[in-house]
Amino acid sequence: MESGHIIEIRGLTKKFGTFTAVDHISFEVGKGEIFGFLGANGAGKTTAMKILCGLSKPTSGEGKVAGFSINGEQEKIKRHIGYMSQKFSLYADLKVWENIRLFGGIYGLKRKVIAERTDAIIQSLGMQDWKDSLVGSIPQGWKQKLAFSIAMIHEPQIVFLDEPTGGVDPETRRKFWEMIYEASDRGITIFVTTHYMDEAEYCDRVSIMVDGQIVAVDSPKVLKEKYAAENMDVVFRTLARGSIRQ
Amino acid sequence: MYFIEARNISKGYGSFKALDRVSLQVRKGEIYGIIGPDGAGKTTLFRILTTLMLFDNGNAEVEGFDVVRDYVKIRRIIGYMPGHFSLYEDLSVEENLDFFATIFGSSVAAGYETVREIYSQLEPFRKRKAGKLSGGMKQKLALCCALIHKPSVLFLDEPTTGVDAISRKEFWNMLERIKAGGVTVLVSTPYMDEALLCDRISLIRQGRIIDSGTVDSIIERYPYSLLAVSGERIFPVLKILRQLKGVVSCFAFGTEHHVAVCKETVTVENIRQILVENGFADCAVRNISPGIEDCFMQLAGKE
Repeated sequence: MESGHIIEIRGLTKKFGTFTAVDHISFEVGKGEIFGFLGANGAGKTTAMKILCGLSKPTSGEGKVAGFSINGEQEKIKRHIGYMSQKFSLYADLKVWENIRLFGGIYGLKRKVIAERTDAIIQSLGMQDWKDSLVGSIPQGWKQKLAFSIAMIHEPQIVFLDEPTGGVDPETRRKFWEMIYEASDRGITIFVTTHYMDEAEYCDRVSIMVDGQIVAVDSPKVLKEKYAAENMDVVFRTLARGSIRQ
Repeated sequence: MYFIEARNISKGYGSFKALDRVSLQVRKGEIYGIIGPDGAGKTTLFRILTTLMLFDNGNAEVEGFDVVRDYVKIRRIIGYMPGHFSLYEDLSVEENLDFFATIFGSSVAAGYETVREIYSQLEPFRKRKAGKLSGGMKQKLALCCALIHKPSVLFLDEPTTGVDAISRKEFWNMLERIKAGGVTVLVSTPYMDEALLCDRISLIRQGRIIDSGTVDSIIERYPYSLLAVSGERIFPVLKILRQLKGVVSCFAFGTEHHVAVCKETVTVENIRQILVENGFADCAVRNISPGIEDCFMQLAGKE
């Protein structure tokens, strides 16, 4: 995009019957940014994220993700973004290399390209010894690194991470963020949701959703100054306390 | 005598060791936390203590009753809230409560005082189907259903997983009030910060308990000195710090890095000087006390 933004959203709204899950949100995400998408349960994060990933249509509003319209170009969006979540990422009963091949195939990569990238992923993660292991049998930290690499197998410009570190042990969680930083250094945009407020501090900018609306979007530093808060946890609590949704 | 006691419980699934000689001693009336990541064995331990699963070795008692031999007695005196929502979605709020009271041979009226405070928030929705409630409301209803027969001990398996920071806080406030009513609470969580809300805890990882006690006692056993480094661009600093002699580990903690160093080898001054030499003159370095996450990472690394 000419603007240097990889996401540009204007007035995005999603209604389910009379319920407005997402209410006129507007924001943009710059190329290479680590953008934290925060909000309490039920604030509308998942609904908004589904639209950004091309899995759901907005009721109104417009915008582009990776250069494609959220109204009508959903299939192109899906092909040009990466996605990973804690709940689902890999097939436990397939081997490491089989998972890589499967996702490479889903993204329509050629056999030769898949073979090259399989080697590259296994090399860069240092997983040579695990290549033929079932994914279900490898330690969680490795699974997570592998899932993140596979989410980028088709070289997307942006990766959506939906609570990638939920339920993960403290060291694995931190090492995962180091991988996020490395990806960001390579120019990949990271769009991430989390319930850990210390992780909000690692983002270049964060948005906070309350009752379907974005009530704040800025760098953690500016938000902490604005709300005279010592950390992002306090900022989040201050803003989310205004919620009237149950 | 302890209220809940487990001695060297082991449980395998095929060749996978879900629990490896786990021992646990919970006192009457305390909130006891089992804290560890996914896959550590928390749910297996809860299923064993709630008499829903047999195990390979060891023994365990709840209120003096053996979890294998006396399972019928134990089932009457415990409340159990499993990790996944386990109420009847097509029954209304009040029908669910009535159902759980009845299967325990009690009634909503008899147990009402125990749940009154929490249930009062659900009462406006009492005709609504449980499946149509919000996440927070479902959780409150599940808690009421686990409490309606006035159990003496409550087992809560990951009640706050995937729950946002505000609802988590609210939930822990409810637990404090339940404890004040004389109920012993055994609760599991992957969130390390919730350790501070328990009277005593066990840290669990890969089927093994790696330490137990009050949070303060676990922190006191931390064997290193801990420094915090903060600055404008601190991710590149991680690699520099990790290469230093005397540095045991270095990880990001929000806006700071926590650097564990062998006692009396590396000082605040040493680190500051090295950062200046590497072009990070704006970084601040100070001594800090470890938190429970620092302890977990140190104990996990030792294994």
